[in-house]
Amino acid sequence: MLLKELCSLCAPSGWEDEARKFILENIPAGEVTVDTMGNVIVHKKGKGKKIMVAAHMDEVGFIVSGFTDEGFVRFKTVGGILTTVLVSKKVVLGEKKVPGIISAKAVHLQKRDEREKLIPMSELYIDIGAKNKEEAQKLLDLGDYGTFDGEYTEFGDGLVKSKALDDRVGCAVLLELMRNEYKNDMYFVFTVQEEVGLRGAMIAANRIRPDLALVIEGTTCSDVYGTKPHETVTNIGGGAVMTAMDRAAVSDREYFELIKAVAARENIPLQIKRTSMGGTDAGSIQRSGGGTKTAVLAVPCRYIHSPVSVMSKKDFDSVGRLAAAVLKELEGREL
Amino acid sequence: MKIEDILQRLDAPVGVSGNEEAVRAVVKELFAPYCTEIEEDVLGNVMGWYRCGIENAPVVMVEAHQDELGLMVSGITDEGSLLFCEVGGFDPKTLPGTEVTVHCEGGDYFGVIGAKPPHLVKDSGKALAVENMAVDIGFKKEQTEKIVRVGDIITLNTGYTKLAGSAFAGRCVDDRGGLAAVVRTLELVRNYKLSCDVVAVATVQEELGLRGARTAAARLVPDAAIAIDVCHGTSPGVSDNAFPLGKGPVVSVGPNLHPKLTRQLLDRAKEEGIDVQIDVDSGDTGTDAWEIQVAGAGVPTALLSVPLRYMHANYEVGDEKDIENTARLIAAWLLTFKGGDRLCY
Repeated sequence: MLLKELCSLCAPSGWEDEARKFILENIPAGEVTVDTMGNVIVHKKGKGKKIMVAAHMDEVGFIVSGFTDEGFVRFKTVGGILTTVLVSKKVVLGEKKVPGIISAKAVHLQKRDEREKLIPMSELYIDIGAKNKEEAQKLLDLGDYGTFDGEYTEFGDGLVKSKALDDRVGCAVLLELMRNEYKNDMYFVFTVQEEVGLRGAMIAANRIRPDLALVIEGTTCSDVYGTKPHETVTNIGGGAVMTAMDRAAVSDREYFELIKAVAARENIPLQIKRTSMGGTDAGSIQRSGGGTKTAVLAVPCRYIHSPVSVMSKKDFDSVGRLAAAVLKELEGREL
Repeated sequence: MKIEDILQRLDAPVGVSGNEEAVRAVVKELFAPYCTEIEEDVLGNVMGWYRCGIENAPVVMVEAHQDELGLMVSGITDEGSLLFCEVGGFDPKTLPGTEVTVHCEGGDYFGVIGAKPPHLVKDSGKALAVENMAVDIGFKKEQTEKIVRVGDIITLNTGYTKLAGSAFAGRCVDDRGGLAAVVRTLELVRNYKLSCDVVAVATVQEELGLRGARTAAARLVPDAAIAIDVCHGTSPGVSDNAFPLGKGPVVSVGPNLHPKLTRQLLDRAKEEGIDVQIDVDSGDTGTDAWEIQVAGAGVPTALLSVPLRYMHANYEVGDEKDIENTARLIAAWLLTFKGGDRLCY
């Protein structure tokens, strides 16, 4: 299964090689360009509007920043990962996929006030079992990247647990959408470095200069225990998510209404994201060149940016179907 | 068997304190090739006998605990998630973002301990308490209520992972690492003529207060006992009361431990060229040794520990060499042990 394979790849922002290689091997058709940052741009020529459909291939992860004399690995996070989910999680580092455990001192050895506090990033490190600095340096270099480790697991009522659902769900949707025939001039773009500031999308959009863009994402879903009703943002199983506005972009209103109408007509469940926080590649694309109208469709993901993000297969399916219907609808419409 | 292979066998089965059925079955399988009789008491302690063939031979108990930490369902939320409490003492900070298995009457269910998304968390610097966490098994309340009952056991889905050199990470290496040493000891001595009977024991409910060790020792009242547990390994910020990995088993000294027995072990280590480290315990060692020492009319008891980093976290990190050397040391001592009278004051 495409999504399962995509999620198993290690591709943190800045080291997307593994995802890029897989995507390049799985592109069904089109003229392929890989740009200077590593974005993969697939052009399916058409006579109509220039439309950019984007998903990011990078995921949050880690970068090796030092070694202690005892052979422990110092690291920094790449992208936004809460310190709360780091301690005692398994990671893989570098090209050799060196396994390690993000660690901190045992609970028995913490003082009372330490027990109640989060362990600051500065006191966390990765234990790869090396005996000393030399042995660690034989396995890893400064600047080597890593990601959480974990399986793609189906569970519950049609749910999936995996790392990197944000945004391999988008990559999987794009690889499917590319199989369809279009009248418009289509650019399918797998971007890099979204998680460190929507970077790849900037240069991809500058190159393409699209008339319209559709971004496919994995987005926050907090319909879980301990969250107040107004903080839930989206619901799992509630269908595809469309963003009206977040910190990075405002959806074009006419485009937004068109998508709503298509969803209603096609009977595809759609929910509007209930926050103005967060940001996607749409922010970079909207402000590229002379400006581009954008919209975002997303799969709601609980525990996003953690090793155990969770989505509903139904929502994933809804995003794919709605995106296909919207791209079809845009063939006969001017915005 | 290689320590790695024994560890992998012992890593997977579940054995949360008081619910040790699955691990007990594996312990019996691992004891079986070396033991003529395997007994089980009412609490679930497993005792496997390796006889030397001499009538009324002295009895040596070599033991480690089979139970592990876990979680227990304490309620179901409106979202259909599971509230839980701890069985034994985890570090709650290690739990968010962890995969778990919920053991229900109708089978095992996958779940995750969720954490709020970064965008919604105000950085208060405070750790999340267990009361504020929940296990998400992916069902709505009505479905969850049909599947899960309060009191069902939850275990973490972490597992054996080979690290650099002879280091490894695993689930409940406390005390499956000790149990691996017990199995390996049986394997090492079986080709030699001993002058004592060895009873290998896997105790229950250690994490709840050394309960299995009390009943096992009361039943056996051996002539001598060696308990195997884990101690803290050194790591960044941890140097006191901690021991480096890979530098041999840690031999405890102090009121809980029998001086002559401990001396014999240290002498044998020297003779055999086995590196050991010494831990000074001024009173309660917090291990099964504390109960065994005062069983019946008293049992000369020694304690060997395997250094372990991040005790009671999702992943505990140890060194296979330390487990192998623990077994080698016990086997070397068993070969020379003739009887309890040599342990008298």
